[in-house]
Amino acid sequence: MKLKVFGAAIALSVLALGSSVANAADYPERPISVMVSYGAGGATDFQARIVTMMAGGEDFLTQPIVIINKPGAGGRVGWNWFATEAENDGYTLGAYNIPHFVAQSIEGGVKYSADSFEPIANWGSDPAVVVVGKDSEYNTIGELVDFAKANPGKVTLSGAGLYVGHHIAALQMEKATGAKMAYIPTKGGGAAAMKAVIAGDVIAGINNLSDAYRAREAGNVKILAVADLERNEQFLPDVPTFMEAGYEVDNSSVNFRGLMVPKGTDPAIIDMLAEKVPAMFEHARVKKQMDAGGSPLKIMTRAEVQKMWADREVYLTELLAGLK
Amino acid sequence: MEFLQYFGGVFEPLSFALLVFGTIGGLILGATPGLSPTMAVALLIPFTFQLQPTQGLILLGAAYTATVAGGAVSAILLKIPGAPANIATALDGHEMAKAGQGAKALHVSFLASGVGGIIGVFLLIFLTPVLAKWALAFGPSHLFWMAILGVTIIGSLDSKSFVKGLLSGCLGFWLSMIGYDDIQGAQRFIFTDALTGGVNVITALIGIFAIPQVIDMFAKGRQPMSVSAITIEKQSLGDSLKLLFQNIKALSIGTVIGSIVGLIPGVGGQIAGLVSYDQSKKFSKHREKYGTGHPEGVIAAESANNAMVGPSLVPLLTLSIPGSPTAAVLLGGLLIHGIFPGSDLFENHPQVAWTFINSMLIGQVLMVIFGIWIAGYAARVAQVPTAIMASCVTVLAVFGAYSVQQSMGDVYIMATLGIAMFFLEKFGFSAAPLVLGLILGPIAESNFIQGSMIANAMDGPAAYFLFGPLNLFLIALVFASIAYSFLMSRRQSAVSLSEPSSEVGGAQ
Repeated sequence: MKLKVFGAAIALSVLALGSSVANAADYPERPISVMVSYGAGGATDFQARIVTMMAGGEDFLTQPIVIINKPGAGGRVGWNWFATEAENDGYTLGAYNIPHFVAQSIEGGVKYSADSFEPIANWGSDPAVVVVGKDSEYNTIGELVDFAKANPGKVTLSGAGLYVGHHIAALQMEKATGAKMAYIPTKGGGAAAMKAVIAGDVIAGINNLSDAYRAREAGNVKILAVADLERNEQFLPDVPTFMEAGYEVDNSSVNFRGLMVPKGTDPAIIDMLAEKVPAMFEHARVKKQMDAGGSPLKIMTRAEVQKMWADREVYLTELLAGLK
Repeated sequence: MEFLQYFGGVFEPLSFALLVFGTIGGLILGATPGLSPTMAVALLIPFTFQLQPTQGLILLGAAYTATVAGGAVSAILLKIPGAPANIATALDGHEMAKAGQGAKALHVSFLASGVGGIIGVFLLIFLTPVLAKWALAFGPSHLFWMAILGVTIIGSLDSKSFVKGLLSGCLGFWLSMIGYDDIQGAQRFIFTDALTGGVNVITALIGIFAIPQVIDMFAKGRQPMSVSAITIEKQSLGDSLKLLFQNIKALSIGTVIGSIVGLIPGVGGQIAGLVSYDQSKKFSKHREKYGTGHPEGVIAAESANNAMVGPSLVPLLTLSIPGSPTAAVLLGGLLIHGIFPGSDLFENHPQVAWTFINSMLIGQVLMVIFGIWIAGYAARVAQVPTAIMASCVTVLAVFGAYSVQQSMGDVYIMATLGIAMFFLEKFGFSAAPLVLGLILGPIAESNFIQGSMIANAMDGPAAYFLFGPLNLFLIALVFASIAYSFLMSRRQSAVSLSEPSSEVGGAQ
């Protein structure tokens, strides 16, 4: 009896294996969907649509990619769904935002962690920057920090919610300067946080480089510092990094965006995607559209992303430990 | 008058074809429950990848204008508001449709939309610099008081009883608290995964408006076939125009309030229709007719929600700040062509900016023409037998709730809220105040908390919330609104007390 069950189990697993091999060989035979855990029209959605527009090409995935939005609770709704309900057959990809989902998993109350997903490739990086209104009396990050040191808790900093890149940058800024500031999370994302700066509701704000660049072009803000390892030569060659200004704030708050699949996806499919997807991101038309929108393109391979995820996990666990 | 030079761009063959396509497509998408203007515009963005910037924007602008107006179709015929902007339209519009006046309701709704919309776009053209300052003037404390001002109208909105209206509003407030709170990081009332993201307004809207009437229809279906054939009244365009101008007061109130409220980032679009419905009711001589199929209500609501379209783009076009979710999507549509809204747009790409704005103007006219054209056919929906109608509405409700964020969870939430609303209505509670609570809750809460955080870093909450000219003005409005409602309800009860006695007196 036992033997029979065992035999059946083996037969079943062979069958299952057989079918998955067949899948991997033919993959992809139908359109692929990409789950974006933010609303249509947001930066992540908008960029995901651009970088996947060449997917149907002969050299790439040969099948078109469809974007599916599952917004809510700062991305938690979408990633919860992706970790627990998404099929791991290679036809459901997801967009990730680092440091958001790692920080949220450390905070707790969600059903995912960095181990729930397998990265495929990274397409973009959007560093956090410090902005002040155009008429602000602060012209350098040093002046702002000096004021914050002299007046603990008086500097209000707007940003897009909790446990997102902006929040991490604010925490790092406080830690590196030793000055206490009031971080004001806004509902309604980076746009609402930027409005608070331009309207003078807050003294300063943390925002995305791409949005801040645009706001500066429109003559609304000054950009004081960028939280990255190097200056952004393409868009903001004149803005110093925190490091250059003498503050130990690294690139841990940089918003990395890329594609991933749920854990348990066939390794053959992962390998195939990891090979083709970066090439798709490098297409000239993708670059042109991303540049046009002021969105920095940063293509990283699967191996590089795996290392980046692991580094963030370690660092953020330490940074957020003090918060709980 | 710079904009006049750029009308030519709108009438180029491809541009005009896109404008027509965007308008018709927008009307259809808008009439489909669950497909809000924001989503309609987002769906069209990939199409603009292949177009010139100007043409892409024409398509998006036309779709935005038409979806806002198209939402009135399902609100009037099915009592499913396509978007929060159309809630107030459903209150009187659906009553009119049930009485066979669907064509009339659709006519005035499209005409009012057109008038409001055109005035709104003219405001965008002529007063943009002034309006931009006004849009920025609203900080957290002011938005908080705006939301409270909205709360004061909850009680008087579509409810026989002031107290039950307020209670419905409270329920809406409570529903709005469900989910993950992004400002304080708290998880509230999340018993199941489907509630992590909170109750989506559109999902709730579909459930509490559509489901109770579906249940009612099925209940009637069990009765013997007493076919109450509704005769559909024919409506000529001339009569509709006459009706519109007879109600010029409601039209002006709607347009003015829609334009003002539409400007305020983050608040505008959702409440413009409801606020002007309420105000026009307060200023009307026929207050008691509101909610029973009174054209004034439709006119006030629809002129407001289209008047809001133009001004709602002011913060986006001048300051590059999207003031509404739809504006955020439009921003994406601009960026993809390397055009940055703000001074860059008007100085370096005036062709794009003005052609876009002009196309919204022409789009309003086209929207009225196509809207009127379909109105006569669409109104026949009221003749569909109840059982078939109920099934269709159920399908649309499920489809609409699912399509908001591709989630079955939303369908369950929609059904639960709908069934609960059926019983609540039996006890005299109503749907509109509940939805208004759901919309205003997050605005009041998040702005109060943000304001408090900012105030604590400054001079304390009292100074921040209670002083400053704009705060004081809004607080005064809040008190005036409460006092007015109170006086009205006293006068009404006085009237209803004296009326029966006079009748009795007459009989003797």
